[in-house]
Amino acid sequence: MNKVMSNKWIIFLYTFPALLLIGVLIVVPLILSGYFGLMDWDGIGAMEFIGLENYITALQDSKFWESALHSFLLALFSALSLIAYLAVALILASKIKGANLLRKIYLIPMLLSSVAIAQLWIKIYNPSNGMLNSILRGLGIENPPTWLADPNIVLFAIFIPIIWQYAGFYILIYYAALKNIPESLIEAAKIDGATPLQIALKIKVPLIMNVFKVTIVLSIVGSLKYFDLIYVMTSGGPNGASEVMASYMYKLAFASYDFGYGSAIGFLLLIITLIVTVIIQKLTASKDKIQY
Amino acid sequence: MFKKKAIAVFGIFLLSVFLLAACGGGENESGSSESSSGDGDKTVKFMHLWPEGSSAQHHKVVNEIIADFEAENEDTTIELEVLSNEQYKDKIKVLSTSDELPDVGMTWAAGYMQPYVDGNMYAALDDVINKDDFVSGTTEAFSVDDTTYGLPLELNISSIFYNKAIFDEYGLEAPETIEELNEIVATLKENGVNPIALGNKDAWTGSMWYMYLANRLAGDEDVLTQAINREISFEDPALVGAAEEVQKLVDADSFVSGFNGLADEEAKSMFMGEQAAMYLIATWDLPNFTTNEDVPQEFRDKVGYFKFPTVDGNGNTNNYVGGPGVGLFVAENSDVKEEAKNFASYFVEQWGERAVTDVGIIPATKVDAGSLDLPQMYVDVLDDLNAAENITLYADVQMSAEDAQVHLDMIQALFGGEVTPEDFAKAHEEALEQE
Repeated sequence: MNKVMSNKWIIFLYTFPALLLIGVLIVVPLILSGYFGLMDWDGIGAMEFIGLENYITALQDSKFWESALHSFLLALFSALSLIAYLAVALILASKIKGANLLRKIYLIPMLLSSVAIAQLWIKIYNPSNGMLNSILRGLGIENPPTWLADPNIVLFAIFIPIIWQYAGFYILIYYAALKNIPESLIEAAKIDGATPLQIALKIKVPLIMNVFKVTIVLSIVGSLKYFDLIYVMTSGGPNGASEVMASYMYKLAFASYDFGYGSAIGFLLLIITLIVTVIIQKLTASKDKIQY
Repeated sequence: MFKKKAIAVFGIFLLSVFLLAACGGGENESGSSESSSGDGDKTVKFMHLWPEGSSAQHHKVVNEIIADFEAENEDTTIELEVLSNEQYKDKIKVLSTSDELPDVGMTWAAGYMQPYVDGNMYAALDDVINKDDFVSGTTEAFSVDDTTYGLPLELNISSIFYNKAIFDEYGLEAPETIEELNEIVATLKENGVNPIALGNKDAWTGSMWYMYLANRLAGDEDVLTQAINREISFEDPALVGAAEEVQKLVDADSFVSGFNGLADEEAKSMFMGEQAAMYLIATWDLPNFTTNEDVPQEFRDKVGYFKFPTVDGNGNTNNYVGGPGVGLFVAENSDVKEEAKNFASYFVEQWGERAVTDVGIIPATKVDAGSLDLPQMYVDVLDDLNAAENITLYADVQMSAEDAQVHLDMIQALFGGEVTPEDFAKAHEEALEQE
C-alpha cells in the first residue's frame, strides 16, 4: 500500500480526473464570472470593458445589501437550528424504540427535490385554502397571515421549509458521529453515577465537537449561497422582501439582462462566502485532538 | 501484495472509464452532426413553450403540424424541445449566451426581442412573410427598423371573465363603470365570496390592472405607451391616478387574500374552482372557458366576460390591453436556415387555420369566422377585436428588460401598499430616463 502511494505517478493518476473536472467545471467558470463582472454586457450582444464599475455599483446598491442581510439571517437561523438537530440526534442515538424508523423518516425531505418541496410548502402556505390557514381559521383566528405575500413574514416563512429540508442530513451526520463513540466511555460514566443528561452534554457532545464544527461551516456556507426554494416559492418577492444574494444575482442576469452586473454580484458572493468561511474556521479552530 | 495490485488496477480501471466516457461523448456528437449535414437529411431544432400538461390543445396542434410538415418534406426532421413559459425564457437566455439558439423558437415582441436583434441572433424574415396575411399591428411589433424578425402567432386582448352563476346568485350584473364594480365587490365580500382572483407573484397580472386603469383615466390617449417612448413624463396625472385607483381596489379587499404571493396559475385555479367570481386575463385562456374538454362543461357554461369598466366616466371601452403574444424566430447562425425558414412559415400558415378551430385562441393571421362553427364567446371576442380602436401592448413587453424589471417590482410594491402612487410614478420616470 505505502509503496503504491509513494509513487508520484500513481498519486497523479488518482487525483487527475477529479482535478480536471474541478478545473473545467468550477475554477474556469469562477475566473470567467469575475472577468464578465468587468464588462457591460447584456449576455447576447457585444461586451464593453468598464473596469470595476459593476463592483463599485454593487457596493452602493441598497438592494444588494438588503439581499445580503437576508442571506446572513438565513445563515444565522440555519446555524442555530443545528442545535435542535443535535438534540434530535442525541435522542435517536440513545437507543429509544423505533430510532431506526424515525431516522429514515427524518431523511425523507432530503430525498425530495427542492422544487417538489417548494410546491408542497406553497400549498401549505396558500392564504385562502392552504393547510396552515385552514387550521388557524379552525382555531378561531379570523384574519390569519398571508405568509408568502406578507413582506414582513415571507422571509421567515421560507426559512422553515429550508430548515426542515436539511434536518435529515444533519441528524444523520450527528447520529453517525455519536454511534462512533466507544460504548466503554459511556459505561464508565454510568458507573461513576452520571445522569443521561450529563453523559450527553459532558461526554457525547464534546467528543463530536469536530463534526459539529464542520457542520457549522457547511450550513453557513450553504445558506449564504442558497437559491432553490426561494426562487420557486417567491422569486425573491414580494418586491424583494425575500431576495437573497443568489436570487438577486439570478434576477439581474436573467430577468434584467444585465449579465455583467449579475456576474459581478456572483463574484462578490464568492468572496463574501470565502471570508465568512475563513472567519468561522479561525473561530472554531482547536488545538487538542480528540482521542478515544 | 495482492491488495496493492488490486488498488492499482482499480485506479487504472476508473481512469480509463473516465477517458472512454469522454471519447464516447465526442464520438456521438460528431456522428450526429455529420448525419444532419450529410446525405440531404436535415434536422431543424424547434423549441416551444406549450407543454402537454398546461396547454394540451396547443401541444397537440403543434405536433400535428410538425407531422404534416415532415410528411411533406421527407428530408427534413424536426427535433422538438418543450418547456413551460418561465423555464423557456431562462433556457433561451442561456442558449443565446453561448450562441446555441434552436433553429426555430418562440420569442416575444418589442422590448423583449431588442437585445436579440441587437446581438444579431435572429434572422430577418422579410423574405418569407406576407404581411397582408396578418392582422395589422402584429408584424410591426416584431419589427425593428422596418425589418421583421418574428412571425406572430397569437393576438390577445384582455377582458374580465366572471362566473355568471355567482353573479346570478346575488343578483349582480356585469359592470360598466368602476363604481358598479366596487358595488359588486362589496356585495360579494358581504356574502363571503372572493371577488377577484389575482396572482401577483408574477406581477404582469397586476400590471394589466394598472394599465387598464391608466388607459381608462386618460380617455383616448395611450399615455402608457407615450411615457415609455419618452413623449410624456411617467408622472402624468393619469399614470399617477391609475396607481391611486389600484390602491383603492386593494383597500376595498377586491382581490383574493395574499395575492402578492400567488402565481397566476394559482389564481386561475381559484377562478376555475369557483372560489373567486372574477379574473382579468387575456384571450389565450379562452379555450379553458370554451372548448377545453378537460374543464368540466358545467363550469365552461358559467363563464361570461365583460370589458374593463370606465373610471369616473372616463375611458373608451373599445381600447384594450393586449397585443401579440409569442412569435417564431429563426436563428441567424442556424446551419439549416433555409429549412428553418420554410418550417417557420409553414407553421405560421397552418397555425392560423388550426388555432381557431382546434385550439380556440385568436391567431395573428386574419380569421374568416363566418364560415366556421365557433363558440359564442369566441365570436364575441373576435367582434371586440375587430371593433378595437387601440391595443396597448403589455408594459413589460414594451419596456427594455431592465425597465420591465423595475416596473414589475414596483407593481408588487404598489399592490402591497409599500409605495405611494407618487413614488411609484417617480421610480418609473427615473428608470425610463436613464436609457
